[in-house]
Amino acid sequence: MMLLAVLSGFLVTALVPLLNRLAGSYIGWVLALVPALLAAYFASLVPEVSNGGRLLLEYPWMPGLNISLDFLVDGLSLVFALLISGIGVFILIYAGAYLKGHKDLGRFYVILLSFMASMLGLVLADNLITFFVFWELTSITSYLLIGFHHEDADARKFALQGLFVTAGGGLALLAGLILLGTITGEYSFSGLLESGTLISQHPYYTAALVCILIGAFTKSAQWPFHFWLPNAMAAPTPVSAYLHSATMVKAGVYLLARLNEPMGDTLLWSGTLMAFGTMTMITGAYLAYSNTGIKKLLAYSTVMALGTLTLLIGVGTELALTAFVCFLVAHSLYKGALFMLAGALDHATGTKDITRMGGLRHSMPLTAAITGLATLSLAGLPPLFGFVAKELLLEALLQSPLWSAGLLMATLFSAMLVVAVAGLLVIKPFFGATVKMPKQPHEAPMAMLAGPAVLALLALIFGVAPALPASLILDAAISASVGSPVATKLALWHGINVPLMLSAASLVVGAVLVHQWPKLQPRLHRLNSTMARRGPEAGYFGFMQGLAQFASWQTRRLQNGVLGTYLLILVLVTFGLTGYTLLFRYDIDLAFDLADSYFYEWGIALLVVAATVFACITQSRLASVASVGVLGFGVALTFIHFSAPDLGITQLLVETLTVILLVLVLFKLPPFVNLSTPWERYRDLAVAVFAGSVMALLMLAVLDVRYFESISTFFIENSYALAQGRNIVNVILVDFRQLDTLGEIFVLGLAAIGVYSMLKLRAEDQQKP
Amino acid sequence: MATLMALVVGILFAASIYMMLRRSIVKLVIGLIILSNAANLLIFVVSGLTRGAPPLIPDNAKAVAGAVADPLPQALILTAIVIAFSVLAFAVVLIRRAYEVVGTDDLDQMKDTDT
Amino acid sequence: MRTSTLILQTAALAIMPLQLMFSAFLLLRGHNEPGGGFIGGLVAASAFVLYAFTFGADSTRKLLRAKPQDLLAAGLLLGLASTIPALIAGQPMLTAHWWQLPLPGEGYLKLSTVLIFDIGVYLAVLGTLMTFVIGLMEVEQ
Repeated sequence: MMLLAVLSGFLVTALVPLLNRLAGSYIGWVLALVPALLAAYFASLVPEVSNGGRLLLEYPWMPGLNISLDFLVDGLSLVFALLISGIGVFILIYAGAYLKGHKDLGRFYVILLSFMASMLGLVLADNLITFFVFWELTSITSYLLIGFHHEDADARKFALQGLFVTAGGGLALLAGLILLGTITGEYSFSGLLESGTLISQHPYYTAALVCILIGAFTKSAQWPFHFWLPNAMAAPTPVSAYLHSATMVKAGVYLLARLNEPMGDTLLWSGTLMAFGTMTMITGAYLAYSNTGIKKLLAYSTVMALGTLTLLIGVGTELALTAFVCFLVAHSLYKGALFMLAGALDHATGTKDITRMGGLRHSMPLTAAITGLATLSLAGLPPLFGFVAKELLLEALLQSPLWSAGLLMATLFSAMLVVAVAGLLVIKPFFGATVKMPKQPHEAPMAMLAGPAVLALLALIFGVAPALPASLILDAAISASVGSPVATKLALWHGINVPLMLSAASLVVGAVLVHQWPKLQPRLHRLNSTMARRGPEAGYFGFMQGLAQFASWQTRRLQNGVLGTYLLILVLVTFGLTGYTLLFRYDIDLAFDLADSYFYEWGIALLVVAATVFACITQSRLASVASVGVLGFGVALTFIHFSAPDLGITQLLVETLTVILLVLVLFKLPPFVNLSTPWERYRDLAVAVFAGSVMALLMLAVLDVRYFESISTFFIENSYALAQGRNIVNVILVDFRQLDTLGEIFVLGLAAIGVYSMLKLRAEDQQKP
Repeated sequence: MATLMALVVGILFAASIYMMLRRSIVKLVIGLIILSNAANLLIFVVSGLTRGAPPLIPDNAKAVAGAVADPLPQALILTAIVIAFSVLAFAVVLIRRAYEVVGTDDLDQMKDTDT
Repeated sequence: MRTSTLILQTAALAIMPLQLMFSAFLLLRGHNEPGGGFIGGLVAASAFVLYAFTFGADSTRKLLRAKPQDLLAAGLLLGLASTIPALIAGQPMLTAHWWQLPLPGEGYLKLSTVLIFDIGVYLAVLGTLMTFVIGLMEVEQ
């Protein structure tokens, strides 16, 4: 059932092309059934985990590699699964209206559903490797969705940027996960959760921590990787609402919350998370305040929220994790709604710039009302859930065991800016004088308002009665990230206390900031452009350019088209490495015994060597070909002498034919000339002698090694018994290993066809002129 | 005897690599031939040398009496010899064609993909 | 390239049938004594190469009757065909089968898929080599 639930997104994609034709403009409503059913299924699991239970559903996948499709359902993963499927319902409906009549709508739904399935797999996976596979799948589907408008060069560029940053982090994450698996011997989250303090006391701890944090920070757009997220706004708005605010970017913080219990008991963990979280929070809030594009503004405030979440995990107290879960849910609700509303505004007015909108409350009253509700939650005002979360956040920081004052200052600073941003989101588009806009504004269609309305209402209900979601699922999620059962007492009103005072102060300063915005924003914007030249994004582009330059440099150096260079490098590297391993890594024991050879064996050996050397040094082509022939006959003699009559005969015949072939062809080519300089000849000679010595040593080393019994015993014993043949070599060729021989005669056929066509092509060339 | 043959194979490898590094295309072909001989001998030698005991079951017997040479590498080498020959034929014809088209037998001159 | 001497022509005419007979002999005894499809095919090819050097490519083509490529194709097909009896009998592909056909008189003829396969190898080797040699000689003319 769970397996089907997670993979249903992938399965349904097969039906999308058909549905796209049948359902027409109702496709969004039809497809929304999938996440709706999923949400119902996940909701049915709520009672089982709400009192701290944990379900482990096991499905084998690759048992030999210790990779399974096990799913871990506890409060934390279930909250995420509910958010993903619940918000998914509205996104699918919304996208049907937003991209109505778009020629690639079918493809859009295919990718979006695949993303949903990957994301569900990510939050529910128990096995670390399976988790990683789903993690990368979300990066790939995100790439396809950001670049959905692929005719647009910017969309392609930023899609690639998002992919490089998140997939690069994904590689680090894989390394980190493998380190964790190596430390504990358990490749599953449920195994890690039971490992106690084993991980944090292991020498690999720091390495594993750094790798995992790089993975989580890139995915969740933490500073200095935050730049990809605003750029990802090149995606269609439903994607921004779904992937880049409510779900995918939270994968990183999900991972951090998941690993908080097994890994989080060190100063290194909490200090790093607090530092990067705070930095991200301030950067995001500041950049949100200094932008005018509605989607950019929301994106930067998402960066700020992700920073806050990281910070809260870093603080790590029970209260902080309570704040973490509430803030996460609150943010998903209001940010999903706000993004969809931003899309509706863009849709209705034809611009994304809030300075070019105004007075829309007359033409879009419903949109205005829902936006108002959602921004109240963003600003953290009662009676919305955002207020509860903000109170908890401030309370948690007040009681933080580390750096309490500094964190509080930073959070207040960003809270002021966020209040200002929330104010701007309502005031600029909906109030003030009516401005002339690229399109005649009109109320958005129902499908585009349903989602935001439901999400905003949920934020209101959760705000008025926070005990309701808490008793159902939030407590379980908090318990899962804390690691022990927690029963919170969430309430809207805590009485007048320090957090409330701080909150009020942020509102006042926020209001001032809204007022000063028209003056401050252009200046800040100019300042940002100057700073961006030295910022992390400039670093990214510099790195990509450097990579391209390095690639072309090394291609010029190594692949210069001269065969000799390729061969020289190949031979040096191959034999260098082999020789090194042989001499230094292997206890070589040479049985150097020349005395056991008969004099005629010496004769054959000398004949072969003399013919070879003569073939190399002679200036005459005929002499060279003839010596090669002598070499071949010498080899044939060796075969015959050492009990291989079939080989000897074959070698003799082939050698004859080789000489005939060479005589036929090579004498059409010019005679030998010395093309290379003496220095080159000595260099090549040195390389060749080195390679030859390594080969000789290798053979001597191999001679006294035998790891496995030869399988020839079987052939020798059964040649007559099973295959009715007395010539064992031939029996192997035509019976025991017949398939190999069949393949081989086909290779002969291919060579013949190749030669034939080369010769025929030539004949046609000559006929043409 | 294995020591002696190992030295011979080493010399064959050295000679073939030296010839393949030359710029003249005919020398490259000579190098290829020596290389395939060297490789065949290599397999033959490392699988063990046996004097005067070919892997044949005598008439009137159902199995060999006593030890015989290992038949498996022999079967491998037999196919390798024939394949090496057909590949050589292919290479030689290809080189001939290339010489006709490019007009040089100097490998250093044959470095552009579209001449 | 009709430069061969009378002696060579006479010798070739005498030697060639012997070589061909020897190649057939090598092919058939290959299962029990040194020999087999590869060696037989090579010997037969040497015979035709000798003929081609003496009398030219055109006469060799006439002597062969079939095109070399057709010989090759026939060889490959025979090789494949030898795998079919096992399939018909419901065994894994490439399982060998033997039949003994009684001959008039005392003896009997021993036939097997292995023999068919070896004949296929023989023809494939012969066809390949003749494609090389005849093709090259025709180009030289």
